[in-house]
Amino acid sequence: MAELTASPTVKSNGNTAYRPDALIAEDIEGYLAQHQDKSLLRFITCGSVDDGKSTLIGRLLYDSKMIFEDQLAALESDSKKVGTQGQDLDFALLVDGLAAEREQGITIDVAYRFFATEKRKFIVADTPGHEQYTRNMVTGASTADAAVILVDARKGVLVQTRRHSFIAKLLGIRNIVLAVNKMDLVDFDQAAFDAIVADYRTFASDIGLEDVTAIPISGFKGDNIAAAPSSETPWYSGPSLIEHLESVPIANREAQSRPFRMPVQWVNRPNLDFRGFAGLVSDGRVRPGDAVRVVPSGATSTIKSIETFDGSLDEAVAGQAVTLTLADEIDCSRGDVIAAAEAPVEAADQFEASLVWMSEDALKPGRGYWLKLGTRTVTATIQEPKYEINVNTLEHLAAKTLDLNAIGVAEVTTDRPIAFESYADSKTLGGFILIDKETNATVAAGMLNFSLRRAQNVHWQATDIARTDHAKLKNQQPRVLWFTGLSGSGKSTIANEVEKRLALMNRHTFLLDGDNVRHGLNKDLGFTEADRIENIRRVGEVAKLMTDAGLIVLTAFISPFRAERRMVRDMLPDGEFIEIFVDTPLEVAEERDVKGLYKKAREGTLKNFTGIDSPYEEPEAPEITVNTVAMTAAEAAEYILQQIMPLK
Amino acid sequence: MATQLTHLQRLESESIHILRETVAEAEKPVMMYSVGKDSAVMLHLARKAFYPAPPPFPLLHVDTTWKFRAMYDLRERSAQEAGMDLLVWQNPEAKERGINPFDHGPLHTDMWKTQGLKQALDHYGFDVAFGGARRDEEKSRAKERIFSFRTTSHGWDPKRQRPELWNLYNARKSKGESIRVFPLSNWTELDIWQYIMAEQIEIVPLYFAAPRPTFEWEGGLFMADDIDRLEQVMGHRPEITQRSVRFRTLGCFPLTGAVESEAATLAEVVQEMLLTTTSERQGRVIDQDEGGAGMEKKKQEGYF
Repeated sequence: MAELTASPTVKSNGNTAYRPDALIAEDIEGYLAQHQDKSLLRFITCGSVDDGKSTLIGRLLYDSKMIFEDQLAALESDSKKVGTQGQDLDFALLVDGLAAEREQGITIDVAYRFFATEKRKFIVADTPGHEQYTRNMVTGASTADAAVILVDARKGVLVQTRRHSFIAKLLGIRNIVLAVNKMDLVDFDQAAFDAIVADYRTFASDIGLEDVTAIPISGFKGDNIAAAPSSETPWYSGPSLIEHLESVPIANREAQSRPFRMPVQWVNRPNLDFRGFAGLVSDGRVRPGDAVRVVPSGATSTIKSIETFDGSLDEAVAGQAVTLTLADEIDCSRGDVIAAAEAPVEAADQFEASLVWMSEDALKPGRGYWLKLGTRTVTATIQEPKYEINVNTLEHLAAKTLDLNAIGVAEVTTDRPIAFESYADSKTLGGFILIDKETNATVAAGMLNFSLRRAQNVHWQATDIARTDHAKLKNQQPRVLWFTGLSGSGKSTIANEVEKRLALMNRHTFLLDGDNVRHGLNKDLGFTEADRIENIRRVGEVAKLMTDAGLIVLTAFISPFRAERRMVRDMLPDGEFIEIFVDTPLEVAEERDVKGLYKKAREGTLKNFTGIDSPYEEPEAPEITVNTVAMTAAEAAEYILQQIMPLK
Repeated sequence: MATQLTHLQRLESESIHILRETVAEAEKPVMMYSVGKDSAVMLHLARKAFYPAPPPFPLLHVDTTWKFRAMYDLRERSAQEAGMDLLVWQNPEAKERGINPFDHGPLHTDMWKTQGLKQALDHYGFDVAFGGARRDEEKSRAKERIFSFRTTSHGWDPKRQRPELWNLYNARKSKGESIRVFPLSNWTELDIWQYIMAEQIEIVPLYFAAPRPTFEWEGGLFMADDIDRLEQVMGHRPEITQRSVRFRTLGCFPLTGAVESEAATLAEVVQEMLLTTTSERQGRVIDQDEGGAGMEKKKQEGYF
């Protein structure tokens, strides 16, 4: 950095390429010692399309001499070929590395870049400005200590400026740099700068962003990037962008002042004498002898030692990866959190959370998703959102679901209590991702706001007569025979036949029929995807209660989605859920059209009809398949009995 | 009073966290081990992550049979010291057809490395493979996730990457799909060297300058590591000159150019690396294929 000038003119003859620090040649040991103990700042750049983010990063790399001669030569030739800056270097080409990005001249995905100054090392996440890539901006923001929000001096605060500021705030980034870029295109006019800053500050205080530093820059020309003030902005008295980034506090240091927490990643048992709990300390500090509590179990112990490859430590702090041993043999495994005994984390199974939806497949309220928080993965269901946030106006909108890039607030229920903190207190114990169980895609980012009080107040009532006692009295193994198939495939008819035969064999049964439950239990539900999921969830719960009572339950529901059928399967003990696929081709079912529904669906008077304008997902590995083209209902029933009777 | 963690400490912790998360969630992980300096750092981090246990996965070397002999020596010793199993895979088809860098050009890399890697992963049924690639190496790498999802045919689709938030990694996949995990994603070349110095990690001596038998071929300077074998495939015995040389990167010896150098200690090597005005991969022929997007394309086809 020693050789940086305030605003070097860009020349395309490559004379500003990487030039090593003089100290390297004179005293390499001294140079390395100086570099050894630097701090590391992660930040993101964001802003609207064409605000010059990639150019700015290219400039940061260029000004910190990170561009080598061969790379600069490639940049020169690329700039002439596909550049957008005429004869000048197009710095954006340094960062937009994917073929599709170069074709379209836009940034598609987060790029991580590295540069260093005398004071600090930097990792910068260059995040796309296009609205459809909001999820990538969230990705970049999640690990950032600071955000540089670019505004085009000619255009001022735009929708995307607000959007990205809001997301930065939501993700808990406290340090915001408002970089008013392209000042060269407004003749470095102070009034233009001041007007934008005033406009932005009003908006920033509305959303609770307090720490905003505004800097007038030109990424293209280099003004106020490395050194300030540029001769073009004598009216500006603040730091240059790099000087400012060198002084931004790093969140990791704040985390150290909080009570100790470490999510357990891995239980290390190399031999019978060693049992260590490996993890990354997320908050606070820990020493041997400290009293700790394992959450959610609540077991307590004290720290025996802090082990690392380099020897035992006297202390570990937030940000360090260590292995802890405890004085007592208590139950503790991956997913648990070891916390300071005097200030442990909470555990709960119902929360309010902010969600950023990241998938083309919209949120399905009621469906089970994997939720990963810290090192714990559980099943979670999301309620219909309380509201969606219009990030442009900050209005709260009513919403039935969340689509790609939508941000909303909803209640989340997990299938067991998890250790957590609010996201405002701890990114590690408050931030989570949701994973689609079918596709394994990461579909949402979530931030826990608080637990719902009822999570602590509703407890399981312990009863003396257990489900095994009920089953024993009835002298049978409870099961759910889950018939699935298209409308008109013959589910109810066959289920009815099976139940009659079971009754003759003195089995205690009950048939839950799709149409029948919609007259009572589920009469409030319609046929949208969300309602269908809730329909199946309730039926699953009822079926489960009936198996607890010892019954053999038969259900006849189209149940078109694999995820919900699996949800019910997961509710029941292994082996008690028998999926029976009533396999009838659509043409056959439609021809039968027992209830005249297909006709209505084809005419368009009946919406969301399975097989017509709503999908049916066939079972992948049903326990039993019956083909109603090849078999009569009686034959199918007989076949099903043959299959289940060996199971008793 | 806050303890200021240095950038190397933060990078080390992050890598250890990634290694442990992977092992906790993968069914059958493996570590790709190429015997280069990045591999050496990755292996060292793995030993730290699981200490006092040895890393609970094997090392896999996809061997082209054309590596430097010094690399083979260190390979065996490193695995032994770490208490890990070493698996070596040589593409049987490439072996049978006698694919070599002299007669077959780019086919050599494709057959021995890209196809060889896919075969090895399929053969052993590994679902997750650690790789030592860094984001500062190459433009398409800068865009790749730490957990990089691959299809059943090992393809990478840059447009369909999973968002990666905080330090939460999604290691879920369907049967046949796999994940490449890059624990060194956020390290730079300088970080690697500084870490090797600070931790005194053993690397292949070829990184240090020494008098070595060399020959010139198609404008480059190469080391005559196995002169009899060279003569066999080249059809003539190249003229050997002793020169003080070293290597900036290590691969197949007939494809890896040497540089004349006197840098014989770690500090001198780092000094030389920092004084050079060309990038690390400048001499790598394979990056330049396909008009600059060569690596992206190779990755889509399953290359690491």
